[in-house]
This record gives sequence, C-alpha cells and structure tokens, in this order.
Amino acid sequence: MATTVTEPGLERVGRLERIWSEPRGALGWLITTDHKRIGLLYFFTTLAFFGAGGIEALLMRTQLAQPNEKLLSPETYDQLMTMHGVTMIFLFVIPMTTGAFGNYLLPLMIGARDMAFPRLNALSYWLFLASGLFMYASVFMHTAPNAGWFDYVPLALKQYDPGRNIDYYALGLIFNGVASTAAALNFIVTIFKLRAPGMSLNRMPLFCFAMLAVSLSLIFALPSLTIDLVYLELQRNVGFHFFDVAHGGSPFLWQHLFWLFGHPEVYIIILPAFGIATSIIPTFSRRHMIAFPLVALAELLVAFIGFGVWAHHMFATGLPTITLVFFAAASMMVVIPSTIQVFAWTVTVALGRPEFRAPLLFIGGFIVFFVLGGLSGIMFAAIPFDQATTDTYFVVAHFHFIIFGAAVFPILGGMYYWFPKVTGRLYHEGLAKLSFWLAFVGTALTFFPMHILGLLGMTRRVYTYPASLGWGSYNLSETIGAFILTAGLLLIFANLLYSRFRGPASGPDPFFGGTLEWATSSPPPPYNFPVIPTVRSAYPNWDRDERRRDAERLARGELVLDEGHETPATTVRDAFPDEILEMPGESFWPPVLALMTAMLFVMLLAHHYAVAGIFAALALATLGAWHAQEPQAE
Amino acid sequence: MAARAGANQNVLHPESKAEHAISTLWWVMLAACAVGFGVIVILLFLGWLRRNRESLPFGGGDRAGMVIVVGLGVLVPIVILSLLFVWSDIYVLPTTEPPAGAATKLSVQVIGHDWFWEVRYPGTAAVTANEIHIPIKTPVDMLGTTADVIHSFWVPELNRKVDLIPGQVNRLLLEPERPGRYRGQCAEFCGLQHAHMAMYVFADPQPVFRAWLANMARPARKPRTALTRRGARLFQSLPCAGCHMIRGTGATGTAGPDLTHLASRTTLAALTIPNDSAALAGWIRDPQHDKPGNKMPGFSLTSGDTAALVAYLESLK
Repeated sequence: MATTVTEPGLERVGRLERIWSEPRGALGWLITTDHKRIGLLYFFTTLAFFGAGGIEALLMRTQLAQPNEKLLSPETYDQLMTMHGVTMIFLFVIPMTTGAFGNYLLPLMIGARDMAFPRLNALSYWLFLASGLFMYASVFMHTAPNAGWFDYVPLALKQYDPGRNIDYYALGLIFNGVASTAAALNFIVTIFKLRAPGMSLNRMPLFCFAMLAVSLSLIFALPSLTIDLVYLELQRNVGFHFFDVAHGGSPFLWQHLFWLFGHPEVYIIILPAFGIATSIIPTFSRRHMIAFPLVALAELLVAFIGFGVWAHHMFATGLPTITLVFFAAASMMVVIPSTIQVFAWTVTVALGRPEFRAPLLFIGGFIVFFVLGGLSGIMFAAIPFDQATTDTYFVVAHFHFIIFGAAVFPILGGMYYWFPKVTGRLYHEGLAKLSFWLAFVGTALTFFPMHILGLLGMTRRVYTYPASLGWGSYNLSETIGAFILTAGLLLIFANLLYSRFRGPASGPDPFFGGTLEWATSSPPPPYNFPVIPTVRSAYPNWDRDERRRDAERLARGELVLDEGHETPATTVRDAFPDEILEMPGESFWPPVLALMTAMLFVMLLAHHYAVAGIFAALALATLGAWHAQEPQAE
Repeated sequence: MAARAGANQNVLHPESKAEHAISTLWWVMLAACAVGFGVIVILLFLGWLRRNRESLPFGGGDRAGMVIVVGLGVLVPIVILSLLFVWSDIYVLPTTEPPAGAATKLSVQVIGHDWFWEVRYPGTAAVTANEIHIPIKTPVDMLGTTADVIHSFWVPELNRKVDLIPGQVNRLLLEPERPGRYRGQCAEFCGLQHAHMAMYVFADPQPVFRAWLANMARPARKPRTALTRRGARLFQSLPCAGCHMIRGTGATGTAGPDLTHLASRTTLAALTIPNDSAALAGWIRDPQHDKPGNKMPGFSLTSGDTAALVAYLESLK
C-alpha cells in the first residue's frame, strides 16, 4: 500500500536496493537466486510444456473425432498419449503450481525476502528444465515413451518395448524427481522458519498450508516412484528380474509402488488449486474464509489420507476381496476433507459480498468441475462399479474434471488474479470473462460426454474405434469442445500478453487482497518488503493500522535489515523472532550443477556408463566448489 | 442363432444378474450425486444473488457458516458414504464375484495374447479364438491368464472386468440370462493394437452350445476339393503352419490363433474385419493394413494361390 516515506526511510530503501539488486540481462536470469525471477522462469518454461501437452491432446482428439480415422499411426498415438500424461503432470501442473505460483508467492505471503535456500531453489529450476528437455529430446528422436504414463510392466520391459522409449521415461522421471524433492524441502523449511514475526501457524495463509501439504506429500511419495523406476532400469538394462514372474518377480510390484506414488500425486496436483481458491475467494467475496482452521486441517488431511488409498487403482487386478474393501473404505474417508473444503468455499461466497470478476469466475468453474469430478470419484469407491468402469472413458472424464477442471482452472484464475502483482498492470476484464466462458463451455463439452462413452463401453488408450458401437457423435462433440477450450486458453494468453504492455497501471493492491503479497509494490522490489511486516491476523493486509505502522518502522529502521543480504527467521509454531539469516546471493553453480547432472543422465541413457561416472564425479566436484563459495560468517 | 441381445458394450444394458446389480448401483449413485451437485450449485447461486453489494463485511455469519460446513461437509457425507460402503462393498460386491471353484458347471480358459484372445475349454480338446461360446443360465467360470503383457477381460453387458496378469489366474463369472451375442474388448493398454483386441461372447441354449463344443473339439475337416487340397498344401509349405495350429494336420504353431475351425467364426483379427473370402484374402495379402503392428507378415501370392488358401481356410467349419 502507498505510504509516505521519510528521508531516513528513503536512504534505507536505497541501501536495500543496492544490496539485493542482481545483474541485468540474460546473465542475471542465469545466475539469479531471486524467488520471483525463478518463479517467472518456471512459469514460462511450464507454459511452453503446457503448449506441447495441449498440442498432443488436440492431435489425439482429432484422431478420435470419428471412427477409423487414419491421421495418426498407432505408434504415434501411443507416444502422444504417454507424453501428454507425463507432460501435463510432471512438466506442467506440478512445476507450475509449486515452481511458479509457489515460488513467486509463498515468500511474499509469509513476509520473507526469499526462499530458505535460494541457490537450492535455482538448482531445482535448472534440474527441472533439464529433465523436461531430456524427456522431450525423445520426441524429436521419434522414440518417445509409449507405454502410457503409468508404464505398466511387462509391456514396458525390453522384451515388448526394445527401443530407448521407456529409458527416456524412467531416467527422465528420476531426474525430474530430484528437482521436485529439492523444491519440496525448500518449501517446507521456508514455511516453517521464514514466516514474518507474528505469523503463527494459525495465521498462515491457506495457500501456504496447501503448499506445505503438497511438499510433505512430494517428499514421501517420490521415493516410491524413484525406486520403481530404478528397478525398471535395472531390469531393462542390467538384467535384474524385479517384475519377472519366471524368476520370482511380480508385475504387481510395479503397480503397488507406482500407485503408492501415483495417488498422493493426484492430491499433489489438486492441493495447490485449493490454495489458489482460498486466496481468490476471500478477496472477491470481501470476507475471510469460513471455517479457516478446518480448511487448513482438511488440506493436510487430504495429503495424509491420500497415502492410504493407492490400491483403488488396482480393483480389477484380482487382489483379495478384503484388500479391496479396506482400500474402498479409505477412499471414502478421503472424501470428507474434500467435502469440508467444498462447503467452506461455497458458504464463504454465499455469505460474502461476492464480486464475480474473472478470477472468481474461474474459481466458480473450479468448484463446479471439482464437485463433478469428485462425485464420480466417490462412485469408484463402490467396488463393483469401479470394476465395471475402470479403464474406460468414464475414468478419463472423472480425472480430467479433477486435473483439468479443478487443478488448472485455479491456475488460470490465479494468472489473472496475480497478474497485476507481477506486472503492475491490469488485465482486460471483459476479455477475461469471455475467456472464462469459452474455457468453461469447452471443458464441459470436451470431458462430460466421456462419462457417457465410458458407460457405453469405450475403453481408454485406444487409437481408434469401430463405427458400429455408436461412439462417433460423442467423440466428435468432445473434439469440438477441445478446440473451443483451446480458443479460451489462447484468449487468456493474448489478454495477458497485451495487458503486459498496454494495460493500465494497477497500483500495489487493485483487488483489496488480504494477504501480504498485496502489502508491497507491484511488481515487488527484489527485497520484497522495505520493512518485514508484523502480523496480527490471518488477513494481515486488511489490518490497515498495522500496515500504516510499517512506514513508521521504516523511518525508525526497525525490521528493515538494511545492513546485509538478510531475512529474519522465526520460531516454527508461534513465529517469534529467532535469528537473522544471511542469505546467499546469485550464483552460477546451480546451472552448472544442473548441466553436469543432465550429462550424467544423457550418458546413462546412451549406456556410456564410464562417461556417466565421470559426469557424476564432475557433479560432485561442482557441489564442492559451490559450498566452498557459500557466504561465511564474518 | 437368434441374436436377441445387441452387440453393444453398454454397461447399463445388463444381461446377467451381476450386471443388473452394477447397473442398479449406478442409477442410485447418480441420483444421490445429482442431489449433492444441486446443493453446491444452489449455494453458488446464492452468492451470485448477493453479488456486488456495497459494504465490506470481512466477517460475520461465522457461526452459521461453520454449522453448514460441519453439517453438510462432515456429518451428512459420513452417513451417506457409510450407507454406500455397506451397500456396494459388503452387499453388492459378492454378487459380481466368481463363485467358489466347484460351484460352476463349466470353465472356459481365456489367454490374452498381443492382440487376440485364445479360448480353451478344459476337459475337451476344443480351442478357438476371439469368439467365446457359452450356454445361457449356467454359471461359467472364466479362468483368465496371459501369454505376454497384461490384458483385461471385459464383456460390459455380462459382468465387471478382470485383468489377465502374468503369474496368476483371475476368475470371472459369466452367466447370461438370454441367448445373444455380447461384445467385449481388452480394457488394459497392451500396446500397438490394444484398440483392435475385441471379442464376442455367444450365449446359446444348452443343446446348441453342446453341439458347437463337440464340433470345436474335433480335428479339422479334410480338404475335399482340388482347390482346398491345394490350399492345404500351401498352408503347410508357406510359413503359416509355423505360427498357427490346425489340429489334425502338420500345422502346430502357437504364436497366432488356432485356425482348426476358422470358418465357424464370424470375424477375423479379434473382430477387426468380417470373416468372408474377400476380407480373408485381403488380410493374407497385407495383414498390416487393418491392424498395423500385429505379428503376421504379408505374403505376395498369386491370385490363384490366394484363392486356394482362402478356399481351404473357409472350408474349416
């Protein structure tokens, strides 16, 4: 918010500017440790992958528009199908919500000057970028992964898939997991240690609770996937027998380990959307969230119970009945934290004074799609119905309402919502509303008929279908829907691109938001806040007196920390001031280490194990050099 | 055969007790979900009615809100979910499961292959592919296994699906109520031609089925005309016999479907094309045209040889 800044205040701000400024130009972006710049790097990278995943989807939808279409060969279709899933999950939604939204917003929301480990943060980005390029190299070599994103064995074993396709998948996802793990650890420490003084856990924004839940899930879920992928590579290339029945292995091992990761993954995808929704709803409903502590608890509970439901992906595999019933019961339990949140969101809107601007419209769409996808999800906990409809288009409908309708709509709404914060300009409201309706109608038309197709017996992952089964018209309407949806998405990006250069100035807080990111200028300065804010409620930016006092503190030099590259650390639960942390600045070691790691994976892919060893040694040497350069206490 | 039931894969067109139970489950869940969805839409609509009012409440209504969240978000779902759990997973589930092994009168062994279904009738010599015949009103125990990757056996109008997984036998109850032809399809992604791995289940009255099975168990008919004899010789001399079995001849391959009674089947290539002379001739010339990626190579034969081969195969009733 605008405050009158006094002479000594200006001097301090000037010092902060000098201390926190980074080199300009491409070099600055390469070596940056500023969470906002890293967030933007994530944003544009994941957007590019979103484009790739979208093109893959449109190609598949065009192939399926009518029966017996010959646009794509079966091999091409299988590669597109696999890359679409891998891209949207690992290269778009997760890095977009954690890497872009989380990185940019979380330190601002908790009143910190950066993430807890700024260089680790940079490393996460460069590793993520390298892993994405690694996997996409396969597309240009025409050997993209082709056994589905779930990659079941034995289909993914060398015997049935002799090319490098699956090796790109396995090594690429191990690589990608390193980036996600680093990012998750960073979020957890940042959330627990860098909250502004006074921001006790019960005053922490719900977005941050969601990011905490996501990060904890990632830390515990990813090892299961990584182990599975390591087993797969060992069996494919070194001659082990983990999944080989003839030698005492089992294909069930793959499925259990995969879904032990894969179901928490669903909540990893959806939780940040909950976080974005609970940011947008209070702002545009002009009131704080109903049942705030219950919602925070529900976010964490979803992540926790999400680890106990994985076998509901395996109801048709012939597991013992008692196992099925146990996992069905757990799957029903995980519904409760979701219903708590759905009612908290809708009741907050209903009891508020809602202003349906574009971000809230997207959240409305999100709620509608989340409820649709959630209700069909409950149906899968009825075991006989699951066994009838699993692996049909009914499932495709269900999870696209969840991971497109419910996970991506808040991302789109969030782009509009925080656009003024990032750019200092306003988007065009009329076009934004139009883009919402296009995306809403497109999404409904694309995914709703899939329920009917599933009930009519259309199985998943088929590259074509016969004309005799009456599936053609539903498929055609889905394809039309996909293109309407695409038009809506393009309109969003056109609106934002135009407004970036021509939009009217927004000021620091155009929507009168309640959380701390709105308490600083737009775009925020490299040090985020001239004064570290002091927090007295869950919506600190609505405490106008407290924010006015920030200006007085600046004049007095209280909590300005203008003597070094510093941010305060506070205690884990109550956020009492604990210590002042000296933060590392920009560094070229993260991109160098990412490059060495990438070369290591390339050499593993090429079976040049000795050279891979050399790059592993170089990566370790880089790590050593990096740490020799860490800022030392003076 | 009087094909009364349609050749569709409609989950909601039940033709067995098990599928009736699943379909009822769906309609009841749909009704409950419609109510739940309606409640949410009404709440959002209430917000819409209150839109753009002046004043900044920032709070208030907390208690009422909390009551709704705990009531509709915790208590009501617990009751509804408990009811659904008991009904679907305790009460309905057993009706869709295969009965104890000895309780069924007939077993059919189905072995998934890339990309066709091998069908055997334990206790008889009968072997066929892609078109399963069973009697009506008789509990049939389907014993599912796989020869390669994971497939999933699913005939939507008869029962739920079950995966065919290396290293284990998964069972499924088939018990159609009426004679008919029921279509099914592989439901687990199994590679390039997953899309063309379909099957028919023919349900016939007991005597019709018995007659069919007796014929199926016999070795292949001997070629009777000059043309079919020429076809039979070609089959043995070309690579055909290395992959396909024709019982009672020197053709003993096991990589492809058993062709002993090929002419008794209505379709070819797991329901990809009809089983008639023209389609069969086209298939032999270029099997990769309709089902690219399958293991059968094409043969450039003279039209005379093709005609002889087709005539022989179409004589294998």
